[in-house]
Amino acid sequence: MAKKKSDQSKSASDPTLNLDLLRSMLLQRRFEERCAEAYALGKIGGFCHLYIGQEAVSTGTLSLLRPDDYIITTYRDHGQALARGMAPRSVMAELFGRIDGCARGKGGSMHMFDKSLNFLGGHGIVGAHVPLATGVGFAIKYRGGDQVCICFMGESVVNTGAFHEALNMAGLWKLPVVYVIENNRYGMGTALERASAIHDIFERGASYNIPRAVCDGQDVFAVRTAAQEAIDRARTDSLPTLLEVRTYRFMGHSMSDAVSGTYRTKAELDEYMKRDPIALLRVHMHENNELSDEDLQKLDEEMKAVCQDAWDFADKSPEPPLEALFEDVLVDTTSDATAEPVAAD
Amino acid sequence: MPVITYRDALNQALREEMQRDDRVFLMGEEVAVYQGAYKVSKGLLQEFGEMRVVDTPITELGFAGVGVGAAMVGLRPIIEFMTWNFAVLALDQVLNSASKLLYMSGGQFNVPIVFRGPNGAALQLSAQHSQSFESWLAHMPGVKVLTPGTPYDAKGLLKSAIRDDNPVCFLEGEMLYNTKGEVPEEEYLIPIGKADLKREGDACSIITSGKMALVAMQAADQLAKDGIHVDVVDLRTVRPMDVEAIKTSVEKTNRAVVLEEGWEICGIGTQVVDYIQRDCFDVLDAPVIRVHQADVPMPYAKNLERAAKPDAAKTIAAIRKVMYLD
Repeated sequence: MAKKKSDQSKSASDPTLNLDLLRSMLLQRRFEERCAEAYALGKIGGFCHLYIGQEAVSTGTLSLLRPDDYIITTYRDHGQALARGMAPRSVMAELFGRIDGCARGKGGSMHMFDKSLNFLGGHGIVGAHVPLATGVGFAIKYRGGDQVCICFMGESVVNTGAFHEALNMAGLWKLPVVYVIENNRYGMGTALERASAIHDIFERGASYNIPRAVCDGQDVFAVRTAAQEAIDRARTDSLPTLLEVRTYRFMGHSMSDAVSGTYRTKAELDEYMKRDPIALLRVHMHENNELSDEDLQKLDEEMKAVCQDAWDFADKSPEPPLEALFEDVLVDTTSDATAEPVAAD
Repeated sequence: MPVITYRDALNQALREEMQRDDRVFLMGEEVAVYQGAYKVSKGLLQEFGEMRVVDTPITELGFAGVGVGAAMVGLRPIIEFMTWNFAVLALDQVLNSASKLLYMSGGQFNVPIVFRGPNGAALQLSAQHSQSFESWLAHMPGVKVLTPGTPYDAKGLLKSAIRDDNPVCFLEGEMLYNTKGEVPEEEYLIPIGKADLKREGDACSIITSGKMALVAMQAADQLAKDGIHVDVVDLRTVRPMDVEAIKTSVEKTNRAVVLEEGWEICGIGTQVVDYIQRDCFDVLDAPVIRVHQADVPMPYAKNLERAAKPDAAKTIAAIRKVMYLD
């Protein structure tokens, strides 16, 4: 199915679009390679979950959104933050725990937020953000808007109660949310087959009367085709979709586990790495004479420079002042009690 | 001044705030067609329609999260829990989402939401339906926790809670819904974080909140017959706590009994006693005594339940003890 859709996309190959997609994916890749380096140097602390290998999912999906649409995601959030357009400087400074980070150094790797981009955050409790996405869908419907909310999650989320509860309400109330399952085959170190009674995850949509689909997550065109259908359904008909995107992470779950050798074999990893999403798009563009080796090298150098700039910026950014410790626990509302009421829209 | 029930006071607050602000909506189990498990939302579906008075499936974790998501993008949800006992299932959304989003996002996303419902014991509902959650909720930074004990406080505080831009946990009481009290016709708000001195005396201070304010007043009335007049400080808000009001009263009476509905260990009273020892150490004439639920799951049998609950007699005994009368 995915191959067929990809072929369809190829027939209408758009060099400008393809270059944008490549740039977006390459930025994530180069950025996260620097994250791994910064982590090893102790510049990034705590948990750090890399997205390398899954870039076609973020780029494919988010390249279809409008500025007023909403995105909410998990703790594996750097790639999606960058694909949505967050400044690499802001993301890297957050990772470094500095005042110029998107969350002023309060959130770290797992909690990227950008209100100006309707990027509603990376959330750290598996499954907990899925009801929030349903709530965003509810708010869109409440106001009579035609925005869409994209909710990213790993395949392990589908076994949580929060997922079940959230999708039931989305199906019941017909809310404009696209639930994107990034099925990278492992919830930390536990294979899908060892965790879920149903292996075709998209079929779970049937339980909630939600339209469902599955696509190849390494092929950015396949992701775009499937996501476009889901987004249209949300925007036009105010209906949710459960979209399973089959992908693979090339790195460990976080920075502390071996990339292969325990829960997955080196051979399996090597097999999947043959389908690197960036390589697949590059080959497609080469075949269509949309990208010369020189173009590619130039683009790559450009992305590396952007990431170096982000690193330098983060490195120079000050630590949050100690006063910040007690800031942003609560909003001061002393003046709001007598404020004029506001209409919902 | 009209005398109305606690239930009607809440209903008025909901209606007035929903009329005032289109962004406010009520969501929970049985709030719409059934008119509320305790009829607090009576008539609201008819007035505001099904988009603003929303029946949910039995799915506390889910609809608490729906509220948080809607609040993140600008609505002002009121999430009703049929009881706070069921809200334990939703605690992840209160603790890990609502209370932390402003901080984790570096000040970008505030969550203007009210979580409300009855708290504590009613009559013979046994272990799983009789629990008090104020200390669990007040433990976390990033939320406010309100415990109104009278119709007047319930209406004024609920209106303030709905207008607050932060997550507010609003603890009502099944045994309070039918209680009556004076509530003015004209609009009023009660500021969050302000205690109310419900009785004045000089012999001892009873520091309490919520439903236990009524128990404290019963105790105060009985003691008054013996010529013992006590202060009843109803905190009304347990987070943030009105430390000044506690201090003012204890400095006057030099004695304190702390009365709460929940269990002893790490209860609200623990915090009150900490404030007293810090701020009033030099003025105390006796150790502070706490009155609370027995350290057991709530039993069903009438006599055992009575023995487990804090009440006026236990409060009076505590006061007599700190006054060295017994």
